[in-house]
Amino acid sequence: MSIEPPSLPLSRSEVVDRYFLEHRAKVLDIAAFLDRVDRAKGGTEEDDFRVRSLRASISLLLDGDGDRTKRILDLLSDPSDQPIDKAPMKGATGAWDGFEGDAEGSTG
Amino acid sequence: MYIDPHVHMVSRTTDDYERMAIAGCVAITEPAFWAGYDRSSPKGFHDYFSVLTDTEPKRAAQYGIAHHTWLCINPKEAEDPVFAREVIDIIPDFLERENVLGIGEIGLNKNSRNELEILEAHLQLAADHDQMVLVHTPHLEDKRKGTRLIMDAIRNHGVIDPNRVLIDHVEEHTVRDVLDRGFWAGMTLYPDTKCTPQRAADIFEMHGTDRLWINSAGDWGPSDPLAVPKCRDEMRRRGHLEATIRKVSFDNPKEFLSQTGRFRTDVQPTR
Ligand SMILES: [Zn+2]
Repeated sequence: MSIEPPSLPLSRSEVVDRYFLEHRAKVLDIAAFLDRVDRAKGGTEEDDFRVRSLRASISLLLDGDGDRTKRILDLLSDPSDQPIDKAPMKGATGAWDGFEGDAEGSTG
Repeated sequence: MYIDPHVHMVSRTTDDYERMAIAGCVAITEPAFWAGYDRSSPKGFHDYFSVLTDTEPKRAAQYGIAHHTWLCINPKEAEDPVFAREVIDIIPDFLERENVLGIGEIGLNKNSRNELEILEAHLQLAADHDQMVLVHTPHLEDKRKGTRLIMDAIRNHGVIDPNRVLIDHVEEHTVRDVLDRGFWAGMTLYPDTKCTPQRAADIFEMHGTDRLWINSAGDWGPSDPLAVPKCRDEMRRRGHLEATIRKVSFDNPKEFLSQTGRFRTDVQPTR
């Protein structure tokens, strides 16, 4: 029943032409964020789980494999599979607080 | 012409209705959700359901938009199961209203046992009243686990046909599972969380356009009630066929929602 996905009608160079500047800006935002974290005073020297997860996500970008978006979302996900006893809050932080991986992308 | 199948208009202004109409919106569906605060009694939900089934359809009709709704107590207010069941008990009083499409958006938020218990109670309500289901999947780090728990709960319940269930807020790490298990899937276009118009277009290119739609989930937080036309524009910019763009933003929601027998796209502006 499934028909073929509609393939991306743009060539490689067209994709780069259209999207490069936007993503150049996003890389600079990430760099500036990490610099800002370094410059900020107070708190612990150690990165919290969100920053560690972000560094590990960045390393996935350059490991030579595809499916980067899915793999980063997987890295940022709670890997457990049983319901928890009680909801501790209503919101979510964006990364799994048990993450113990590092910038090499180990998902610990 | 497009349909926004998930948008919380109680949190938006009449100007938004006007802008959506000008952008080509002809129909919307509005699932019951967390209003940004906990309601203090089931009566608060009674009033909310009245707004969803009476006030909003009239406001939308002014601009020629057909308004539909889904009813439930959302998972963010399901941590107190006794309270949640009192709310579920008043839902049947509203199911005969002509713009009600089914039960939603039900699901999980933090993937707790109480949330799961109330999800199962809603599934039973849907089965008892032969209702379709719209599912909310959790945010961010809780999404993948919650999506799996929800799909397992529906399978274990055993009565509800996955073809009558839409699992919303899918992203790259959940979309394949949802479609492979026979459900419909929705992508929500949000500025910071969930999908952007570009990633939604990517997902169509990677996973196809069958049983998959886009919505704005516009609400009281950072969100954009014009996100669906912006995604249509992104697809057009890439050179996708008009038929493909129409399929994901009109034909697919129409096909799924028409299973209710109550879905319409033909409202004349009343203002
Ligand atoms: Zn919603």
